[in-house]
Amino acid sequence: MEIVAALTVGVLVAIGIWMLLDRNLMRVVLGVVVLGNAINMAVMTAGRLGSEAAAFVSPAGVPAGAANPLPQALVLTAIVIGFALFAFALAVLKRAWAEHGSTETDRITAQAEAPAPDLADDRPGRAADWRGQMQR
Amino acid sequence: MKLLLVAPILLPLLTLVACLLLRRRHERLAAAVSVAGAVLLTLVGVELVVLAASGEILAGQMGGWAAPYGITLVIDRLAAAMVAIAGLIGLATVVYGLRADGDAAGCKDFHCFVHGLLTGVCGAFITGDVFNLYVWFEVMLIGSFALIALGAGARRLSGTVVYLFLNLLATLLFLLAAGLLYGAAGTLNMAGLAQQAAVGALTPPANLALVLMLLAFSIKAALFPVFGWLPAAYHVAWTPVSALFAALLTKVGVYALIRLVTLAWPQAGLAHEVLLWIACATMLVGVLGAAAQTEVRRILSFHIVSQVGYMVLGLALATPLALAGAVFYVIHHIVVKANLFFVGGVAARMTGSERLAAMGGLYARAPWLAVLFAIPALSLAGIPPLSGFWAKFVLVRASLEAEMWWAAAVALLTGLLTLLSMSKIWNEAFLKAHPAGETSLRAPLGRRRTYAVMAGLGALTVIFGLAAGPVFDYAQAAAAQLVDPSGYIRAVLGGGGA
Repeated sequence: MEIVAALTVGVLVAIGIWMLLDRNLMRVVLGVVVLGNAINMAVMTAGRLGSEAAAFVSPAGVPAGAANPLPQALVLTAIVIGFALFAFALAVLKRAWAEHGSTETDRITAQAEAPAPDLADDRPGRAADWRGQMQR
Repeated sequence: MKLLLVAPILLPLLTLVACLLLRRRHERLAAAVSVAGAVLLTLVGVELVVLAASGEILAGQMGGWAAPYGITLVIDRLAAAMVAIAGLIGLATVVYGLRADGDAAGCKDFHCFVHGLLTGVCGAFITGDVFNLYVWFEVMLIGSFALIALGAGARRLSGTVVYLFLNLLATLLFLLAAGLLYGAAGTLNMAGLAQQAAVGALTPPANLALVLMLLAFSIKAALFPVFGWLPAAYHVAWTPVSALFAALLTKVGVYALIRLVTLAWPQAGLAHEVLLWIACATMLVGVLGAAAQTEVRRILSFHIVSQVGYMVLGLALATPLALAGAVFYVIHHIVVKANLFFVGGVAARMTGSERLAAMGGLYARAPWLAVLFAIPALSLAGIPPLSGFWAKFVLVRASLEAEMWWAAAVALLTGLLTLLSMSKIWNEAFLKAHPAGETSLRAPLGRRRTYAVMAGLGALTVIFGLAAGPVFDYAQAAAAQLVDPSGYIRAVLGGGGA
């Protein structure tokens, strides 16, 4: 069972990294998601697979062959966090697409590396412009 | 007592909720609550420092589960000092960005996110459990993502995208390492790990997972060769946001490195040797990268990388003196770096540009701003009697005592090069005449509030320099707790252990 899980993790990591290397940012986001799922599965597997009984402790004691609930709790937390980050990444991506008209990684990094425009950032009108665009 | 233990997390969280509820209708009240929350956090930090100075280690299990299974919070001297300084920087940032002139729309959200970030940062400082460290890192990251994108604009979004993906990768790596560590060592409790390490029970797979974790923290701390994300993103954010990031975010990585290495590998070994090389490379590459830059905030960003090298140098040498130097350096650097970004922001607003070529004439127009720049800049370079001098002095002395002559030489050379690039900013932005003539420097001097922030942090730098004795004593005591983790283990796991 562990072998199958480990192979799945390996394949998923390979797919995730391949997508991360794409020049389209949408695929990069999806690559992060795939990689995140691969890692969740790795965490799950590292906590040992096999035991299947639910870990409900009764006054009589722990059931025989109870599953380890800790990796499940860890992965559940990680899934929730990963989902929130995915949602945020998509929002940033949508905004970047609206601003740049493209989601190509090279163009976007080139923009960040360009020399600072005069008084671009602390200008009061800046945020107002942005709000205006949102409403349009 | 218990309340004091959770206060560093609860306070910013409650402030965040209050700001969130108030921000639409009562904008001013939200800002006031935000400042009050930051003041309270600083006070709690000071109280914790006072308590920790007596040598007591506060520890508690949230939810009442016994040690290795529950969610552990621990506050020792290092954690207390970090919470206090995080509160202080949070306060400075909130006051500095109180109401960006006319930019009230973005401002309301700014307060929420700063406190969200502080929640994550303080949580990371006081957690005693590797998985919770991951969770706090994520809380911090979400706050920082929102902050760096604040106000949008095409250029800023580009920086956000770079920052977002590289940090996501680092946290994924961290999660993987935490999972593998659990599989290999059977515990995620830091004290439990330290206990296993002390008796040499860490298996090779567990050590491998720890090394992976080391890599993840190195990315967070922007060590050579994985620092690329930092100078690619910090220069696009809004000024108070850059200052907050520069002061706190890499330091959380450094803090995690210090915790992990001192608990898992108490004896100097291969890991320390590798870290030593990395530290020296980080110092040099950072400062050389800064030399090639022509914009204020980019120069300062590369200097963060370079300065992180000093802290890791202290960690790598692993003697009590070196660790004390590292702790002192972290505290000194947080104050100085935030201040430099604040001053840089005011200078850029007054001259109308961040590019050194388009700046100038500030000394004639605002001599006090020049003084406020000179204090942290000289401290960063390590000129006596400012705090940076003592921090560098201790580290150089520790490397000489450990007979690492070349490490000491690299540290001194880096200090010299730092001075050079600070004088570059000084010459270009302050001394030379403005390229567009005097009339172009008509921008208002800025609010008194921002000057109060810069002067306060500058005064703190001077105080740390002049009264280095007590501060260094505290750092030394904190290092003693790091060198001998038995007190930490006892506080978390109880006398008998688990």
